[in-house]
Amino acid sequence: MIRLENIHFQTGDFAFSDLNLCVPTGAYGILMGKTGGGKTTLLELVCGLRQPHSGRIWIGDKDVTFLPPGNRGLGYVPQDGALFPTLTVRKQLGFALSIRKRPASEIEARVTELATAIGITSLLNRLPEGLSGGEKQRVALGRALAANPAVLLLDEPLSALDEETRDELMPLLKRIQRKAGVTVLHVTHHRLEAEHLADAIFHLENNRIAEAPNHG
Amino acid sequence: MSGDRPLKTQLSHPPRRCPDPFWIVLGAITAAYLLFLTALLGATALHSSPSDLIRALGTKEIRYAFGLSLLSCTISALLSLLLAVPVGYLLSRGSFRGKAWLDAALDVPIVLPPMVVGLCLLILFQTSFGKLVEHIIPFTYTIAGVVLAQWIIGAAFAVRTMRGTFDHLSPRPEQVAMTLGCSRATAVWRVTLPAARRGMFAAASIAWARSLGEFGPILVFAGATRMKTEVLPTSVWLELSVGNLEAAIAVSLVMVGLAILVLTGVRVTGERV
Repeated sequence: MIRLENIHFQTGDFAFSDLNLCVPTGAYGILMGKTGGGKTTLLELVCGLRQPHSGRIWIGDKDVTFLPPGNRGLGYVPQDGALFPTLTVRKQLGFALSIRKRPASEIEARVTELATAIGITSLLNRLPEGLSGGEKQRVALGRALAANPAVLLLDEPLSALDEETRDELMPLLKRIQRKAGVTVLHVTHHRLEAEHLADAIFHLENNRIAEAPNHG
Repeated sequence: MSGDRPLKTQLSHPPRRCPDPFWIVLGAITAAYLLFLTALLGATALHSSPSDLIRALGTKEIRYAFGLSLLSCTISALLSLLLAVPVGYLLSRGSFRGKAWLDAALDVPIVLPPMVVGLCLLILFQTSFGKLVEHIIPFTYTIAGVVLAQWIIGAAFAVRTMRGTFDHLSPRPEQVAMTLGCSRATAVWRVTLPAARRGMFAAASIAWARSLGEFGPILVFAGATRMKTEVLPTSVWLELSVGNLEAAIAVSLVMVGLAILVLTGVRVTGERV
């Protein structure tokens, strides 16, 4: 579960006031809204990359409001993937586990498992430079899932992709989410993505969140 | 419209574009400047015969100055990088009150007259704090003083370069690393610094090249004692002061060669000075 309670946040002229959101455990939540409406900021608040002025953020039954990003048990895929430019795909997938000082054999097994599930086994020794947009997003997704997070935050992961690649990745996202049992909050402004993927759709408008039924 | 002309003529002779006088003037100014620079270096290079130059470079004083220059510039470049990486990162990614003032203050060594930098160093090491430091490491009129005088200017340029490098690197990969379990320091160490390696090489190279040409602060703070605190710019000055033009030219050409080498190295990495 991802739960935001009465979040107040301000930066420059932009502000959230009394913002509330709840994505149930294991659900695929889609957050929609206009460009510049604060969707990315909201994800950054959940990640811990920004701190709310007041309010509470819960992941599962844990209050993570004051926890550093790495202790929140989440995976984050930013808009452009934000792959580590000097690491091979193999190292990117194993990054979260190597930070946790897991044995090399465990890391290798997890990398192989993820690469197979996401369809990037042939890319393992490549650097991010030269990967296509779709490949980069697959790697970013695998990297985010490596440490088995309870929550996955996706910031417009399909926006920069062509239609064909997007059609390939949408079922993959859904399949991975179901298999991993992870709670997802996926930011997009594409209605089609929302209809295909969402268990719950939220609209961020005028700094308020409203839940809308998915008729997809 | 050229409606009266036959179609064939129009197709076989498309109208030629006249070069824009604006670009011609800009090109001429650039060419004149480049010509002046070439003439400057060319005249210096052709002033003496190669045998005279080789003989001048063979003297033990100039060989000592060459060795000391290479050593002191390398140490000051590495020390500059040690300062430039954290300060450049702070300026690029930090958000705090007084940042604009700090940014301006860090440029002071660049805009101060070099002699004044040397004088300030000399005065600082006459204070009780300076004397205390001198008990541990003597700086005034020593090789350590040469390195310190070079470092002050070199570090300021290295900080500028590192700040530019971090400005051009997206903070997102670092933020993702933090969500994957890294502290900020670990994220910087494992993700940002490897991505900034070309900028680090450029920053060290620029600091090295600036240190190589440093003269005023070294003269005032470390002196110009032969076989002790003599670096290549000091050699040029000392040789000129005794009328040995061949030796001064020889040392100058060595410095020009080293500067071109550094500039080429930096350009090869894709960074801009």
